[in-house]
Amino acid sequence: MSRLEIRDLNHAYVSDKPILKNINIDINEAGVIAIIGPSGTGKSTLLRCINRLIQPTNGSIIFKNNDVANVKGKPLRELRRQIGMVFQEYNLVERLSVLENVLTGRLGYMSAWSAWRRNFTDKDIKRAFELLDFVGLSDFATQRADSLSGGQRQRVGIARALMQEPAILLADEPTSSLDPKTSVEIMELLTQLANDKGIPTLVNIHDVNLAKRYAQRMIGMSGGKVVYDGPPDGIKDEHLKTIYGGESWLQ
Amino acid sequence: MATVVDRKHPFKTSLSSKFLWLGLFAYLAYAFSTLDIGWNRFVLGLDQGARLVDRLFPPNFARWELLLSDLIESLQIAIIASVLGIVISLFVGLMAARNLMPNAISIPVRVFIALCRTFHPVIIAILFVKAVGFGAMAGILTLTVASIGFVAKLFAEAIEEISFKQVEAIRATGAGFISTIVFAVIPQVFSRFIGFSIYQLDSNLRNSTMIGIVGAGGLGGTLFSAFQRFDYDFVTAILMAIIALILVGEALSNLVRRIFQ
Repeated sequence: MSRLEIRDLNHAYVSDKPILKNINIDINEAGVIAIIGPSGTGKSTLLRCINRLIQPTNGSIIFKNNDVANVKGKPLRELRRQIGMVFQEYNLVERLSVLENVLTGRLGYMSAWSAWRRNFTDKDIKRAFELLDFVGLSDFATQRADSLSGGQRQRVGIARALMQEPAILLADEPTSSLDPKTSVEIMELLTQLANDKGIPTLVNIHDVNLAKRYAQRMIGMSGGKVVYDGPPDGIKDEHLKTIYGGESWLQ
Repeated sequence: MATVVDRKHPFKTSLSSKFLWLGLFAYLAYAFSTLDIGWNRFVLGLDQGARLVDRLFPPNFARWELLLSDLIESLQIAIIASVLGIVISLFVGLMAARNLMPNAISIPVRVFIALCRTFHPVIIAILFVKAVGFGAMAGILTLTVASIGFVAKLFAEAIEEISFKQVEAIRATGAGFISTIVFAVIPQVFSRFIGFSIYQLDSNLRNSTMIGIVGAGGLGGTLFSAFQRFDYDFVTAILMAIIALILVGEALSNLVRRIFQ
């Protein structure tokens, strides 16, 4: 039994125009699993189906003995809180403080009444500070999230996802809005987490070289299908040609 | 080699806008000609105005006890109606936001808000005076309805303009609907909501001095009867009291603004 089993997953935003076609993926190992592929091929859609920000058209996503694709309401939220997500544009609540943003990772474990009163447990608050320390932002705890730089915001995003104590982490283009140096730092952080804490981490990424450098497994997608699934050094130029099309860009 | 392209002049005024202006001026000329609003009429009126001003001064504060109790009543009507209206608007506005609610909820709520906005407070006040009788009760209900019409509409619009990415991120943590509202929606609209609320309090203070004219409590009633009895010196006293009330309101809104920013 794998930690995450995606079976025959299909999704179409507009009927007759499928984005995902019969996706089958098994995730069992900790560490970074990079998903590469051209824009518009359904990488984001795939990740968003896993935590059900999108309802897939059909297929199943088995996680913790539940089919994420077919639950609703409270059971869905209880699965979601075990799936951390990091976004391309960080998606922090800009007017809240950095600490509050990290603590929102606990909302799935609290009642609405506690959330309204900001009634976080001492344990949660202590953990939030530890995570901020871990991502190197403890001095920024009381600052508003919109005062941070891109790289700092993404670190807060990662801390928020970790606050959920996730069994699996999804990162949707976590480095695409960042400069090359910061991108590498964020990838290092994600890799460290994935390996040290043993969290399987699915990362959508444009940069093939960055992916090869950090991933222990790569999934290549093209036209809504998985066309490669294996170790990073197994990816050859002909694979990249199938994934992205053309070859002039490889020179 | 540049080829000469025959483009239309980009800033040419369209024929239809010329006709629109022409139509507007023609209508103004017609409207002037039908109403009795010439210069002679104005001079005739000035004469009457001079007599009024003469009788307005000095202000007469002999009935200051009545004045003070009316003033306090107006202030109470305005504050109670503002608080009630704003609290109700919070929920109504949320339910009217089309990006958070299904059409089955947002459309009826929007119709309700539109109804609250349709009538001028004086008309609503007449209805409530007939429904619940003379006095402050009718005034509070009137201004509550007026507040909902304004604040709920603007609040719904503010919610519709929020960044949905932040909402999505909070939803992805497994947060429920209300927690998502509390942590992803309210922070984005809170400062604007305070702004609308202060504006509404200001507006309610002004209106609370007027609805009394139709019997819904506050200073207006006393003002109206003073006019009718030609007690113009008392009218001045009441007008000065209203100015004082508005100044108090101004100070109050500044205080609220300072606390929340």
